[in-house]
Amino acid sequence: MSKEVLSVKNLNMHYETLSGDVHAVKDVSFSVKEGESFGLVGESGCGKTSVAMSLLQLQADNAKISSGSIQLDGVELVGMNESELRKVRWDGISIVFQGAMNAWNPVVKVGEQIREAIREHYPEKSKAENTEKIESLFKMVGLDASVIDRFPHELSGGMKQRAIIALALSCDPKVVIADEPTTALDVVIQDQILKEIKKVQELLGLSLIYISHDIAVIAEMTNRMAVMYAGRVVESGPTAEIFANPRHSYTKALLESTPSVVGDRVKLNSLEGEPPSLIDEIPGCSFAPRCPNKTTTCKPELDMKLVEVGPEHYVDICSKESH
Amino acid sequence: MKKNVIEVTNLEKYYEVSGGFFSRKKDIVKAVDDISFEIPFGESLGLVGQSGCGKTTTARALCLLDPKTGGDVKFYNNETQDMENIDNLEDEELKKFRRNIQMIFQDPYESLNPRWTIKDIILEPLNIHNIGDLQDREEAVVEILKTVGLTPASNYLPRYPHELSGGQRQRVSIARTLIMKPKFVVCDEPTSMLDVSIRISIMDLMLNLAKDLEVSYLYITHDLAVARYMCNRIAVMFNGKIVEIAETEELLNNPIHPYTKRLISSIPVPDPSYDRKVYDVNYDELDAIIAKHGTDNPMVDMGNEHYIATHDVKGLI
Repeated sequence: MSKEVLSVKNLNMHYETLSGDVHAVKDVSFSVKEGESFGLVGESGCGKTSVAMSLLQLQADNAKISSGSIQLDGVELVGMNESELRKVRWDGISIVFQGAMNAWNPVVKVGEQIREAIREHYPEKSKAENTEKIESLFKMVGLDASVIDRFPHELSGGMKQRAIIALALSCDPKVVIADEPTTALDVVIQDQILKEIKKVQELLGLSLIYISHDIAVIAEMTNRMAVMYAGRVVESGPTAEIFANPRHSYTKALLESTPSVVGDRVKLNSLEGEPPSLIDEIPGCSFAPRCPNKTTTCKPELDMKLVEVGPEHYVDICSKESH
Repeated sequence: MKKNVIEVTNLEKYYEVSGGFFSRKKDIVKAVDDISFEIPFGESLGLVGQSGCGKTTTARALCLLDPKTGGDVKFYNNETQDMENIDNLEDEELKKFRRNIQMIFQDPYESLNPRWTIKDIILEPLNIHNIGDLQDREEAVVEILKTVGLTPASNYLPRYPHELSGGQRQRVSIARTLIMKPKFVVCDEPTSMLDVSIRISIMDLMLNLAKDLEVSYLYITHDLAVARYMCNRIAVMFNGKIVEIAETEELLNNPIHPYTKRLISSIPVPDPSYDRKVYDVNYDELDAIIAKHGTDNPMVDMGNEHYIATHDVKGLI
């Protein structure tokens, strides 16, 4: 079994707002192994991006990690100061943000912006070395070397996103987080970018954290996955196992509500209601109010915890079911 | 024979763009170029294609939001029981036509006036078309809110859009559209901004309403999986032209045009064990061929009412 590169344990993060604390990440635990692609799936507002931001500690000023640990190769990241974190960012963990293709500086050439990132971490490298590195990265993500000397506005959306992926890989990070990297793109372009990410991930043996709301993309992109709901991980395990054998009612609902172009035309099931507000404490199972399989024994007093139900397959269930 | 609610023949929408501030040269962008389709009563047609291929332009031209530059749009006229060319409509008739053709937009956050209450929003079309007296209108609003699943209506009437979730807002949009009892609704990606679990409930609502109220949809989406769920037939657009049109399952199972094949094979499948094979095609080549055979391309029937554009794509198949 390959070793764990990143391990997150009982992570809690909240945003302090005028109307109260928003508990965006609640007791989240997962680990990412060397060379694997790990998926994080859930609806908007379920805490996916908050988890990603916590890993890099790039969250907004009002966000506080109240407890828990994040270890990269055995080094604790929670509690690090800013200068220590700067070394971890991009070098240890890099990220492709949601809509990052719009974050290019419009007046600086694409190649120069990537060079800047490398220079920051490896000041000893020469410009020629860096250019060579960028050329090889561009080749890997399917971009022509001439893109180095282009300005962002000269590139199409897909090309900008490819260049962003090259940027994320520029300092040879151990872990790359891809936060909805294809959301704003067309289906055909999305497909090309997904292929590119997968190819690079396998080629370099990267550990990838792939965040998406689209369970079909997660199915194709990841080996293991975690499903998030209302700030909690409600189910995690090998992707194939979760699709074949979903245990949590929310996972089942997600799978049943995703249309597909292959297979029989099936009636899809919708989920009633809306996700809960994260400001209030949610006692017990946060999914119970919308759960189609709710029983009379589902009570708010019951404590929830992740229980192993199969090899590496964890489900968030309450104490009544754990025995 | 099925009665059509709308028949579109050789629809064109060209835009003139100037070559620059000092240039007198004018270029023409063929946003929608010579497309034809019809939609029978109670059926829905999906319009799929990449962004910028002309889906929304088609929709806006049909609803007379933008004037078309060529072609004919005929709409079923209830009074004469016949198809009527919308170019011939004037004043009162045009107003009546607009009642029967409505639109649902993509973004429920931007398409509802934030300063109006839900009641005002849904009442507006009734006020514009001067239907019934105030009491009738208010009753109609309560009734339609019930139809779209926002109950009890009294909870929603005095509220503002920002107090509602995305799914609820899209229900308000649907209510505002359906209060005119239209025969034909153009839906421009109505669920793409919504979360998966909420998306299906909105799609189911629209399907049920189509059945109960005999509404036909032109359903615009970039997601073939959604189109499959919603539509009887699907038309695939590429660079302003319809390249293939067929019954939904027929199109998905036996795509003929290379672009359709590429599009279908690009959709991720929610099954980790499924081995998806991508059909690769050179877009520049495809575009050149389509452009060359542009002006005169009647669709040919390949059997099973499966039509493809007649430009020569054999080299690419």
